[in-house]
Amino acid sequence: MKKFTKIISAVLIAASTLSAGPALAAGASDGPDPVLQDWTFAGVFGKYDPAQLQRGFQVFQEVCSSCHSADLFSFRMLSKEGGPGYSEEQVKALAAEYTVIDLEVEDGERPAIAADRWPNPFSTPLEAAGSNNGIVPPDFSVLAKARNVPQKFPNWIGNYFTAYQEGGADYIYNLLVGYHEEAPHGVELGDGQYYNDHFPGHKISMAPPLSAEIVDYEGTAPETVEQYAKDVSAFMMWLAEPDMTARKELGFRVIMFLILLTGMMYLVKRRLWSNVDH
Amino acid sequence: MTLATQSNSEPNRRDFLYFATGAVGAVGVGAVAWPLVDQMNPDASTLALASIELDISSIEVGQSVTVKWRGKPVFVRRRTQSEIDEAKAVPLSDLKDPASDAERVKEGHEEWLVMIGVCTHLGCIPVGEAGDYNGWFCPCHGSHYDTAGRIRKGPAPENLIVPDYDFTSDTVIKIG
Amino acid sequence: MAHQSNYKPNSGFEKWMDERLPIIRLGYDSFVDFPSPKNLNYWWTFGAILAIFLVIQIVTGVVLAMSYTPHVDLAFNSVEHIRRDVNWGRYIQAAHANGASFFFFAVYVHIFRGLYYGSYKAPREVLWILGCTIFLLMMATAFMGYVLPWGQMSFWAATVITNFFSAIPLVGDSIKTLLVGGFAVDNPTLNRFFSLHYLLPFMLVGVVALHIWALHVPGNGNPTGVEVKSKADTVPFHPYLTMKDLFAVMVIMIPFAWFVFFAPDILGHPDNYIPANPLVTPPHIVPEWYFLPFYAILRAIDFNVGPIDSKLGGVIMMFGSIVVWFFVPWLDRSKVRSGGFRPMFRWFYWVWVISFIGLTYLGAQPAEGVYLFFAKLCTAYYFIYFLVILPFLPRIETTKPLPASISESVLAKSAPKAAE
Repeated sequence: MKKFTKIISAVLIAASTLSAGPALAAGASDGPDPVLQDWTFAGVFGKYDPAQLQRGFQVFQEVCSSCHSADLFSFRMLSKEGGPGYSEEQVKALAAEYTVIDLEVEDGERPAIAADRWPNPFSTPLEAAGSNNGIVPPDFSVLAKARNVPQKFPNWIGNYFTAYQEGGADYIYNLLVGYHEEAPHGVELGDGQYYNDHFPGHKISMAPPLSAEIVDYEGTAPETVEQYAKDVSAFMMWLAEPDMTARKELGFRVIMFLILLTGMMYLVKRRLWSNVDH
Repeated sequence: MTLATQSNSEPNRRDFLYFATGAVGAVGVGAVAWPLVDQMNPDASTLALASIELDISSIEVGQSVTVKWRGKPVFVRRRTQSEIDEAKAVPLSDLKDPASDAERVKEGHEEWLVMIGVCTHLGCIPVGEAGDYNGWFCPCHGSHYDTAGRIRKGPAPENLIVPDYDFTSDTVIKIG
Repeated sequence: MAHQSNYKPNSGFEKWMDERLPIIRLGYDSFVDFPSPKNLNYWWTFGAILAIFLVIQIVTGVVLAMSYTPHVDLAFNSVEHIRRDVNWGRYIQAAHANGASFFFFAVYVHIFRGLYYGSYKAPREVLWILGCTIFLLMMATAFMGYVLPWGQMSFWAATVITNFFSAIPLVGDSIKTLLVGGFAVDNPTLNRFFSLHYLLPFMLVGVVALHIWALHVPGNGNPTGVEVKSKADTVPFHPYLTMKDLFAVMVIMIPFAWFVFFAPDILGHPDNYIPANPLVTPPHIVPEWYFLPFYAILRAIDFNVGPIDSKLGGVIMMFGSIVVWFFVPWLDRSKVRSGGFRPMFRWFYWVWVISFIGLTYLGAQPAEGVYLFFAKLCTAYYFIYFLVILPFLPRIETTKPLPASISESVLAKSAPKAAE
């Protein structure tokens, strides 16, 4: 018994020493912790907010898309259920404002239709890097799933029960609001670099893209950096997972059905075994 | 077959439980099987191209244009008046697949002939402004189509197929 | 089969079939009439759970292969195409990815059950060895499958694992070049991994068939470790165990659906949503969770032993940690089969399980400092358990007295109830 107690205490001491360490995520583990946000699409009953997605799309269009591509973003997604909720006519008109490459037509390009994908702002990766400090700005299509906030052990265990999948949106939001005017004492920034609290290594080559009133919102949403950051992060999550709302709704029904069927199977098993010693 | 002695006092309740569970289980199996089959149906990117719009304002009289629709060529021809008159003059009894010229075009737009450019015989693509009837000629097995795309000579059984299309405005047609 | 067949053809067709290819008889003898111990607990349902997940993986995999393109320029986008455009694609892909995790979770429970209850002991040694072979095939299949989406982790996992082979002295580099099909992991590698990933599961099905056959010769083990002595110890497989197994399968479907519908990416790594880039290494290369214990063992060997450098040493220990399983039937010298009657053994066993879980955690941490220390400690215990404790513990432990039979142990459980 003594031996076992010793072993168990050793394991517990180990666990507590190790809990201070980093876990499986990207992101800077020193500096201030990211502030997790309330997202409308979080949790079992999460849904995208169409108005937020429309604002986020506007931020993307007017600010981000001059440098960032979104190769897997089809215009027709904008009118699909569970998204920003534009009508098919609006999408058709919007698409026609953009030119896409089509080698089967004269001049090699034509106005886009709903079935087309968002055109790349640059024609080659070299051109993209050339205009952006030597780095190709990452494509937006699945970027919100390619990022996460650092998760401390044992906190991430809870994520399995809350189905926390919003780490990408949290990271992007914190990044966008995490710029500093000046680098803190002792940190040297290279040419074209800026100090950011949450970027791994803190030295990011993207200039702070958002500033107050840079985008004109139609409704009453405040035109602050925080609001823009929130909206564009939600939009990017939608770009990466456009069917999330439908998926969660279906999932709820599937699990209810499974609970019913499991309960019935349990009764069947009990009934069958009721006359057998076991 | 079972070792347990069956309790005779409530056979109906026992059977109902098994039956009900089996039924619910069958629903579950069906719900799982259907998506596995349905995934073979055309996906969203294919369906997005199920209809296309074409601006016909730059097509001149006597000119044809070929566009791709649902993976197949579609002939869009702006017919000359003589082609229209020729088509109207043909008696229906002369046709293997009788159809009047009016049935081949949209009302008020009889200049415009829109047809799937696939020979109804074995699927080759006919050549335009060719053949004995001033329409299309299929080089594979010698089918001749007239100025309304109707089969006149050769092995093809049917006229060139006119797809579902509409004039959404005077200069734009939507196919499909 | 080891027991006499009681199958009686019910119809004209069945008789006709039975005389030509007795497959209905085989099915009846194996899965209907088959006498199974009546005291099996729920740890025994994991075999059926594994069979279901094998079917799920094959069915979803074949369906995904209809829309996936195994070319470096197209693979990543084809997987996104499946998720976005293919009807139900999001769910089929999520079921396949999370199905692999559940498959491994179930296989670890299944193996740990075997280690606790002595399921590998005579006459079930070949059954156990076939099981270890299945595990190796699973690892190969899962590894190649993970490469297919061609994300950053896919590419760099392929690079790291194929680099292991170059650690083999003399022929290592040639073997690695042969496997990879070039100087580095690239399109030839991806294409052949796709072909083999499609092939291996069907080989797995064959080995599973042998595994079930090898089980049916002696029949199932049971929690007491005392073999079946008479019919009174057993129940027919159908409907008692078919329905119990089906119930267990339904229970595990609930967390499976939870992952597929609510957290489909939580077990994966965000870096795999970055398209593969041979010129940029991710800051932390981490395999999927089910490979982490072996990854921890690999990285724990950071010292040279004579002519064996740390890289080769790590590879040897990593493969060794699985190879040692094959020898367990002969390493364990206990005359008593089940851990339920071996109180001292139980402590060592549970510490082994905890250290295995610990190695899983450590595999995801940086291989330095306190993490590296505990990885070495757990690796040492891992091998000591198999090579020292299993052979020598039986000399000093006192085991509890075994029941005379399964029926007796079952009656002993229900007797106190009858007395009330």
